[in-house]
Amino acid sequence: MLMFAIRRIVISIPVLIGITAILFVMLNVVPGDPIALLMKEHASPEVIERVRAQMHLDDPLITRYFRFLWDAVQGDLGISIKLNRSVTSLIMNAFPNTMMLAASAACVSWIIGIPAGILSAVRRDSFLDHFFMGFSLLGVSMPIFWSALLFQYVFAMQLRWLPVSGFYGWQYLILPALVLGWSSAGVIARLTRSSLLEVMRHDYIRTARAKGLREVGVISRHALKNALIPVVTIMAIQVATLLSGAVITEAIFGIPGVGRISVSAIQSRDMPLLQGSVLFATALVILGNLIADMLYSVLDPRIRSQMTKAAP
Amino acid sequence: MATGDTVLRVRELRTEFRGDRGHVRVLDNVSFDVGRGRIVGLVGESGSGKSMTALSLMGLTPKPQSHVSARSIELDGVELTALGADGLRRIRGRDIAMVFQEPMTSLNPVRKVGDQVGEPLAVHKGLTRRQIRARVLEMFELVGIPEPKARLDAYPHELSGGLRQRAMIAMGLICEPKLLIADEPTTALDVTTQAQILRLMRELRDRVGTSIIMITHDLGIIAEMCDEVNVMYAGQIVEQADVFDLFERPSHPYTRGLLASIPKSTEKRIGRRMPSIPGRVPDLARLPVGCRFSPRCGDVISVCRQEEPALAGLAEGHFARCWVHAPQAATAGGRDAS
Amino acid sequence: MSLTSEMTALAPDVIEETSFLRDALRAFRKNRMAMVGLFFVVTLILAAVFAPWISPHDPYRVALDEQLLPASSTYWLGTDNFGRDILTRILYGARVSLVVGTVPSLIALMIGTVMGILSGYLGGRTDFVVMRLADMMISFPSLLLAMVVMYTLGANLLNIFIALALVGWASVARVVRSQTLALKGKEFIEAARANGASRATIMFRHIFPNVVPTLIVLFSLSIPDAIMWESSLSFLGVGVQPPGSSWGLLVAKGKEYLFQAPLVAIAPGVAILLTVLAFNFIGDGLRDALDPSMKD
Repeated sequence: MLMFAIRRIVISIPVLIGITAILFVMLNVVPGDPIALLMKEHASPEVIERVRAQMHLDDPLITRYFRFLWDAVQGDLGISIKLNRSVTSLIMNAFPNTMMLAASAACVSWIIGIPAGILSAVRRDSFLDHFFMGFSLLGVSMPIFWSALLFQYVFAMQLRWLPVSGFYGWQYLILPALVLGWSSAGVIARLTRSSLLEVMRHDYIRTARAKGLREVGVISRHALKNALIPVVTIMAIQVATLLSGAVITEAIFGIPGVGRISVSAIQSRDMPLLQGSVLFATALVILGNLIADMLYSVLDPRIRSQMTKAAP
Repeated sequence: MATGDTVLRVRELRTEFRGDRGHVRVLDNVSFDVGRGRIVGLVGESGSGKSMTALSLMGLTPKPQSHVSARSIELDGVELTALGADGLRRIRGRDIAMVFQEPMTSLNPVRKVGDQVGEPLAVHKGLTRRQIRARVLEMFELVGIPEPKARLDAYPHELSGGLRQRAMIAMGLICEPKLLIADEPTTALDVTTQAQILRLMRELRDRVGTSIIMITHDLGIIAEMCDEVNVMYAGQIVEQADVFDLFERPSHPYTRGLLASIPKSTEKRIGRRMPSIPGRVPDLARLPVGCRFSPRCGDVISVCRQEEPALAGLAEGHFARCWVHAPQAATAGGRDAS
Repeated sequence: MSLTSEMTALAPDVIEETSFLRDALRAFRKNRMAMVGLFFVVTLILAAVFAPWISPHDPYRVALDEQLLPASSTYWLGTDNFGRDILTRILYGARVSLVVGTVPSLIALMIGTVMGILSGYLGGRTDFVVMRLADMMISFPSLLLAMVVMYTLGANLLNIFIALALVGWASVARVVRSQTLALKGKEFIEAARANGASRATIMFRHIFPNVVPTLIVLFSLSIPDAIMWESSLSFLGVGVQPPGSSWGLLVAKGKEYLFQAPLVAIAPGVAILLTVLAFNFIGDGLRDALDPSMKD
């Protein structure tokens, strides 16, 4: 198991390095940037000189890339042009907020999505099934920025149940978490439903019925564990979706998180900050995939034994 | 016929599937007995209704679309048709158990074998975990699983096909059911393992006294295992006999065809094509008029294509559904009428 | 035993292509939700094409005395902060959304198909490189990747195409690759190879036609995604720029007047929601009709 984990981590290192390369090239081929911006804003020659030196803009691209990579490995993502502070510390300050938002949104999506999916599968083609599936399709089809505004308008402005925006306590997290969670809940519900329906066709379900188990027992003891394996692994992969969604949700609800940093970095054309925050988010996604793989092997004994066999 | 010591008495079992294309009767008028401690075979090609008979008895046919009815299904004095769905559930696994064809897919891949084998006890007897474990261990020893203790916590994929089928048999017998239905229990196994599993089932019958319904398409297994045989074709029983009678005096042309297609080890196989029955099993939604076997039958006469024959008695305990080979009396005999 | 095997060997499994397409079309027609979606999309396309003729007002006419009016018989959905008719703006915005929904999806589909077939058929090093590249692209949170592209290339419509194509090709490549792998072992491919067909011929004459049904499904399901991404980018200010009119941009502008005039932000969002729903219905219908194995 440990060997597997290590191997899996080793495999994802080249992917991460490749990502830094793609990102670096994309952000550093912009002609004149970021100096042109500073010029436009009439920054003093000293400031321009400082940034130029800090970012080693006179060096060739490849040298700069390896320096960037080497610094990044040590946890140094450079210095924000606009804020003149370490990108790493800016991200680390913002990350807990994003983490809280994403975690509570994930909880919302599981608490709604999994039971809805199970009920839909068990009562297939019933009114309940159509209701839940319609609801989840709605969740999937609604742009997050729009449902955020809708929720803001209804629950904060009209009903005044919750604050409109800002981040000063748990009640500020409810609306953004609901908005972000609902869109994922749809995906989870549909997946849970189809996965459970698929599992219910297996022979061992018939065996369970042949033992005289009640239908509830057949589902809870025999179908559910198998059916939830793909759902659980999807949850870890959810990281990417949640982070994309967090960019928008944080912007609308004024939550000082990593997503908001990246948006403001684009608006102020702060390249090191954008580079750092995107790299950080992508590393989180890779971590999520890693966890998904581990979970998969923990949950499915067949995979587990393959791994112990395959591991040297 | 039906002696006092009958464990299962099935009369006029009918199963229908109701779908978009109308009703299809997959079982028509199936009647047979299983005596205590006897092994009764159901034999036929795939699609003949032998597995459907088992699932219908168990109440395990696919739920919304299938419909099972019978004049009577009596299990050791209990009328199963009078029980509701939940009543039948209480019988399942306790009084009737089933062993399926594919031991790999019939066991849940993510749960330990021991837990799965012991589950009927938890459902029906309400024993504690420890009692169940001890009983499963006993059963593992009984069915000849080596290192039984270690196997309790194994997962299905860690066992060989033969061991998995032994575990399935242990699961079937753990509540000491009155009847065990084995649906092609050896088809998925290699020849050596097949022989071991069959020997085990016979031994267990002798030791535990469970009656067995043996479902197979292999007449070799029938000859080796069964006391009585029901030959099924297109959802009906076409011949019913004592195993010796059946092999000595097969009456229905279909049974004869089946027997002729058994490879005999004494014969040279090379250069000699096995005789087989021409044609194919009819579509149950479009059955031929008259005898269902008439389109494939060599002995067909005009009445065969007009009217369906009844199961008629040939000798004590020997019945066939044939115009040519079984005397069709005005009052048809067989278990249809009893 | 022999009897049974002889019986099953007789079972026909030859399916004619024409009857497959006819069955698929019939199944699709019978899908009520898909037909509703199709009707909506066709209506929307007509409305977008004929926007200058059917829209009740001039989309760019500024009327400062008619700011943020509520819905009325003149302005069916009210007016925005410049006094412009919202319905008209939405009709014009449909042009952007439909183009952005289809063009980048097509580009992504083309790249993904070529990459997927090459990767699956050639295997070896090609497969390794393409798949690692796809892994990387999939690891980026899509919105952030698109934002980076827009940052680098600048915010305009063409660059939205590039950004969304870059986001979308990898998942297409993965699906096409796995289908190619499955097809590679089929007899007809072996036969083509035995007849001396070149690798290019096999890949694009024999394998490609067989992935087309999947591609149609992927295409129809990627349109709503692209519409969503475009509107998100525009909402964040890195997509379509004013005075252009995109639904995402309309919502973003309306956001500031949410309290006084909620319709300004809500109405264009409804347009996105309905369009995305309609495409999802069509996509689901096509998937069920063309490729039941993909059914979720």
